[in-house]
Amino acid sequence: MADVTFTVDGKQLTAPKGTLLIEACRKAGIEIPAFCYYPGLSLQGACRMCVVRVEKMPKLQTACTTPVADGMVVTTESPEIAQARKATIELLLGNHPLDCPVCDAGGECELQDMTFKYGAHQSQFVEIKNHREEQQWSPVVYFDRPRCILCYRCVRVCGEGMDVWALGIQNRGSGAVIAPNKQDHLECEECGMCIDICPVGALTSGTYRYKTRPWEMSHVSTVCTHCADGCKTTLGVRRADDGMEIVRGDNRDKSGFNNDFLCIKGRYAFDFASREDRITQPLLKQPDGQFKPATWDEALDFAGKQLREIRDTRGGKSIGVIGSTRITNEEAYLLQKFARTVLGTNNIDHHRTADYPSFLAALKAKGQKEASIRDFADAKAILVLGSDPTEQHPLLAWQIRNNVRNNQARLYAANHQDIKLRRQATGFLKIQQENYGALIAFLAGNEKTFEGNANAAGFREALRKEESIVIAFGSEYRGRDIEALIAFGAGFPNVKFACLGDYANSRGASDMGLLPDLLPGYVPVTGAGSFMQEYGAALPQTAGMDMVQMFDAAGRGELAALYVASADPVKRFGVDPAALKNTFLIVQDMFLTETAKLADVILPAANLYEKAGTATNTYGDLQLVKKAGDKAGVRSDFDLIVRLAGHMGHDIKSLVPFGKGLLADFGQSRGTQSGEADRHAVWLTAHQLELKASPFDPFAIFDEIQRLVPAYDLPRLDLMAGNDEHLKSDLVQIQTGATRRDLVLPSNDTLFTSGTLGEYSQMLHSVMESRKQSPAETAAD
Amino acid sequence: MAYLTTHPDVVPVISFRFGKGAADIDRYLELDGYKSVRKCFEMEPDAIINEVKTSGLRGRGGAGFPAGMKWSFVPKESAKPKYILVNGDESEPGTCKDRLIFEHDPHSVIEGVLIAGLAVGAKMGFIYLRGEYRFLIEIMEKAVADAYQRGFLGKGIFGTKHDFEIVVQTGAGAYEVGEESALMESLEGKRGVPRIRPPFPAVAGLYGGPTIINNAETIATVPHIFRIGAKEYAALGTERNGGTRLFCLSGHLEKPGVYELPMGYNLKKMIYEVGGGIPNGKKLKAVVPGGSSTPVLLPEEIDIGMDFDQVAKAGSMLGSGGVVVLDETVCMVEFALRTIKFYQHESCGWCIPCREGTDWLKKSLTRLHMGGAVDKDIDQIKYIADNMLGRTFCPLGDAAAMPTAAFVKKFRKEFEDHLNGKGCPYHPAPDYELATV
Ligand SMILES: Cc1cc2nc3c(=O)[nH]c(=O)nc-3n(C[C@H](O)[C@H](O)[C@H](O)COP(=O)(O)O)c2cc1C
Ligand code: SF4
Ligand code: SF4
Ligand code: SF4
Ligand code: SF4
Ligand code: FES
Repeated sequence: MADVTFTVDGKQLTAPKGTLLIEACRKAGIEIPAFCYYPGLSLQGACRMCVVRVEKMPKLQTACTTPVADGMVVTTESPEIAQARKATIELLLGNHPLDCPVCDAGGECELQDMTFKYGAHQSQFVEIKNHREEQQWSPVVYFDRPRCILCYRCVRVCGEGMDVWALGIQNRGSGAVIAPNKQDHLECEECGMCIDICPVGALTSGTYRYKTRPWEMSHVSTVCTHCADGCKTTLGVRRADDGMEIVRGDNRDKSGFNNDFLCIKGRYAFDFASREDRITQPLLKQPDGQFKPATWDEALDFAGKQLREIRDTRGGKSIGVIGSTRITNEEAYLLQKFARTVLGTNNIDHHRTADYPSFLAALKAKGQKEASIRDFADAKAILVLGSDPTEQHPLLAWQIRNNVRNNQARLYAANHQDIKLRRQATGFLKIQQENYGALIAFLAGNEKTFEGNANAAGFREALRKEESIVIAFGSEYRGRDIEALIAFGAGFPNVKFACLGDYANSRGASDMGLLPDLLPGYVPVTGAGSFMQEYGAALPQTAGMDMVQMFDAAGRGELAALYVASADPVKRFGVDPAALKNTFLIVQDMFLTETAKLADVILPAANLYEKAGTATNTYGDLQLVKKAGDKAGVRSDFDLIVRLAGHMGHDIKSLVPFGKGLLADFGQSRGTQSGEADRHAVWLTAHQLELKASPFDPFAIFDEIQRLVPAYDLPRLDLMAGNDEHLKSDLVQIQTGATRRDLVLPSNDTLFTSGTLGEYSQMLHSVMESRKQSPAETAAD
Repeated sequence: MAYLTTHPDVVPVISFRFGKGAADIDRYLELDGYKSVRKCFEMEPDAIINEVKTSGLRGRGGAGFPAGMKWSFVPKESAKPKYILVNGDESEPGTCKDRLIFEHDPHSVIEGVLIAGLAVGAKMGFIYLRGEYRFLIEIMEKAVADAYQRGFLGKGIFGTKHDFEIVVQTGAGAYEVGEESALMESLEGKRGVPRIRPPFPAVAGLYGGPTIINNAETIATVPHIFRIGAKEYAALGTERNGGTRLFCLSGHLEKPGVYELPMGYNLKKMIYEVGGGIPNGKKLKAVVPGGSSTPVLLPEEIDIGMDFDQVAKAGSMLGSGGVVVLDETVCMVEFALRTIKFYQHESCGWCIPCREGTDWLKKSLTRLHMGGAVDKDIDQIKYIADNMLGRTFCPLGDAAAMPTAAFVKKFRKEFEDHLNGKGCPYHPAPDYELATV
């Protein structure tokens, strides 16, 4: 829209017609106080804090509801305005409990901040305050009614933002009160958005309330370890007897593509990290089958010696390696390098939840056609094929809902289930589960399966009118179907694609070559030239065994050793424990998983919140992972791989080229938590200086990744500053993967489950136990 | 006090059928009913609007907005359906006129809606009745049913090509839904909270469609304008205040009741002649001229004509025509408390200044009335009222603050007499119900 010119506090400003005065001012650096206004949510005009003087208007006007107009003359600060704001706060404080010393929001409270600014600290009221008891609405949501200032942010974020509509307003006047959907409790998606958005301490979280004061925590910004959307999160950590305990997760600084969004898992499901039953020392299996604690040297010596002997006697082909979908890119990369150069095997795999190799092969050399999660926030049209974003990709669902609501984007979805997002859809097509492939053929013009289906025809007709679209597809699509889908999509003048996998770094695991036939960057093992040059070592040139083949081989007694890093394949793939009885098994993990129970050596491992590096979400957005929590006795997978190599007698320097061409440090040190190390690193980079790093520094490996994997060769300064970088996804080297074996096993996670990790979250369990319905069913239809 | 009353000065235009059994459709037809709408079928929409403009009819709901002008704001073309909305939520204390129209002349409301519909091109109307008016619902619904039965509503009304539907809906007992946008929310099945404006109802109102919302009396007056002529109607009143209106006289009067008098009728005369003066030889103490939300007038301020402009000049408002007369036995602090109790109870709670302000005013006035206040508390009451004025989301906040500020200003001495433990000079043992917070 055309720009209009107006004056605010004597400054001439321009903004597009229709811009709200409060937004136009904020853009120009003029802060207008607001309780009820919240960008992206509907307007309320309820708190009256944003009042300003607009010339020619008899009364003060609310900046949050006034669109700018040509020639408008506005004053945002004057004694009259300050008095109005002060009076509003005085009225609020009159009934406010002022229990700031024990309030969770103390120090982070917008009411405190406003009082500080407008000075309504002297109460003239002598009557007793209205009071109501605190209520628990769900395992994670508590409500302290007297603190509520009735800004209705919670009501709107739940309804408009989450499309859950679990909160409403009861009664009227001074008896008005926020109330949950089930009389006295909530059955909702438990995302905690309402708590997060509450400007005061009225809504508090079951995991955080009364635990600490905000200024007594350190705040570390990192990436959520749960689903593959990769929300940026700030973890509040606090010193505990045995390390650093995570006490809170939010993204209140709104940095990153998720803005302030986190789902239940990102916000609350970090409790697995501080569980009592975590493994915190190496364990060795005794002849009687019991595990006995060992020193690091004992355990690593034993494991290293065994591995070396097996490699030297039976060859690398008799050893398998299984990696994780929740380790960093650097760890995944290092693991494959360890497998291929130290163990000499291509028998390496991970739990695949999407067919990324086929996807990227199909995008190869097509220009930048992979959609970032950011693209869903402003796409004109979106097509979702398969998957249930509300359950499996909460952030994606959030982006889509916001885009539909605020920008009138059109959503099309085809699914074999009535997914909740259909409520935002312009077109929804229900299909048979086996017809996902046929649907592509139909959309591309082939009538066969959907002949005479008017719904399908209408769906296709509507889609054909779209010129600019982003297409996301779930694990229903693999191999040739993906190829066909991309070919169909190429018919749109402007198109981008997203392949929806399941865990925090599933994409990274795939990109970093945790695959038996592909090296990092999807270079076929048969064409390992550049890798051999970089590594200065020979690499096995034939494809190794995949996950299923490895367990089959173990059953036949042909897999002499298996090294499993932070994964539980025995449970996931239903492996018969007997199959592994003749295999020397090393497992590094947090818990005594089904796989770990069968191990000969268990090494205590850190999780994603306890390490540094990078992770890639399913949309190919690369982000920095920082160390937030810590547990005495555990080590990162990176650390463990390097040490294991060392104990095998391998030259560590050939595994991690530390000191070689390093640009900066990710900062595994504690300093990262205050951002010190990063600032240091950015400074060093800017001055083209090098940092002497240790062999445990993931940045040393990141350098190597950037040299070998062109898609990851991105500007680093932005990444270091905490921003996401979108991969150059078309720079892969394989051809279409139709001949590859398809081992995709979707996680089938819901909002309240998260693979193995979820099983160790007491919080997720208690939420599931507190309710009868599945989260998406709860939604008010 | 909503009984029929009369006085030689009464000019029965709207009340012309009152007491004549016109709720019966045949009787209504005998008394020239549905003739005005038939005339309007022959007229261009703009001509209808011009007639209403000529009549000088101003909104009877409180604000006195010229009805013809409001109608002219409705866009000619609209993608969404247009609606006519009758505001029969009549809840302002001191006001009891719309109920007489619904009771005695329900068809005039229907006819008014039909004319408004023709003027702006609407095909549907809603009559929103105050929830407490249970007994009127039946009357109104029967009138609508009869009109359908005669073919005055429904498809091809009056044998023309026009269609028109009317739905009668009731509130659930909230003063605030009398506010036009809150009424629309309520009608749409939502919480009765006002909307942000713009957009104004004439552009985007009920269900997002262009909507005319008028007070029941305003709408019911329209057929009469076409019955007696717009110029003739205008001539009954004063400049820019055409015609007559129903004044509701209550309080300390010999003959309280609803009287139809010309706009601009002298207030003093209204009290002493039409209303019969103050009973028992008591002296007049104060007059609330236009419903409880209008600032109080002192006896020396009442020699004014009762039209929107003259009352505004006197520092108050004509409002909804509810004249409340108070004699010397009334404690003005108690009256202020009584008034604020109403607004505190009726505040919808949406915005801070009104929700919290009315609550604190009630608490402070209660304490003051019981003798628990000191001098600065009076200023505190004024401070709260001043800081509500013009700062709230809808005019209810003003409706609470304005009279309060006026009570303090005009009766400060009486407030002071309550201070420092003295309590109420009028009721040494204060009313317990009033005292509870
Ligand atoms: C708090 C509040 C209550 C109101 N209550 C009524 C009411 O009961 N009846 C009414 O006709 N107008 C009421 N109004 C005025 C309406 O908002 C609106 O101005 C009126 O219905 C318009 O009709 P008119 O132009 O014919 O007066 C109220 C306004 C406010 C702010
Ligand atoms: S879904 Fe539940 S937790 Fe999330 S905003 Fe709504 S009420 Fe709050
Ligand atoms: S609970 Fe918090 S967010 Fe919700 S209305 Fe109250 S203050 Fe606002
Ligand atoms: S959407 Fe995914 S990445 Fe974001 S908070 Fe939830 S689980 Fe974590
Ligand atoms: S002024 Fe505010 S709280 Fe009062 S009725 Fe209007 S919107 Fe509701
Ligand atoms: S921010 Fe404008 S009224 Fe609340």
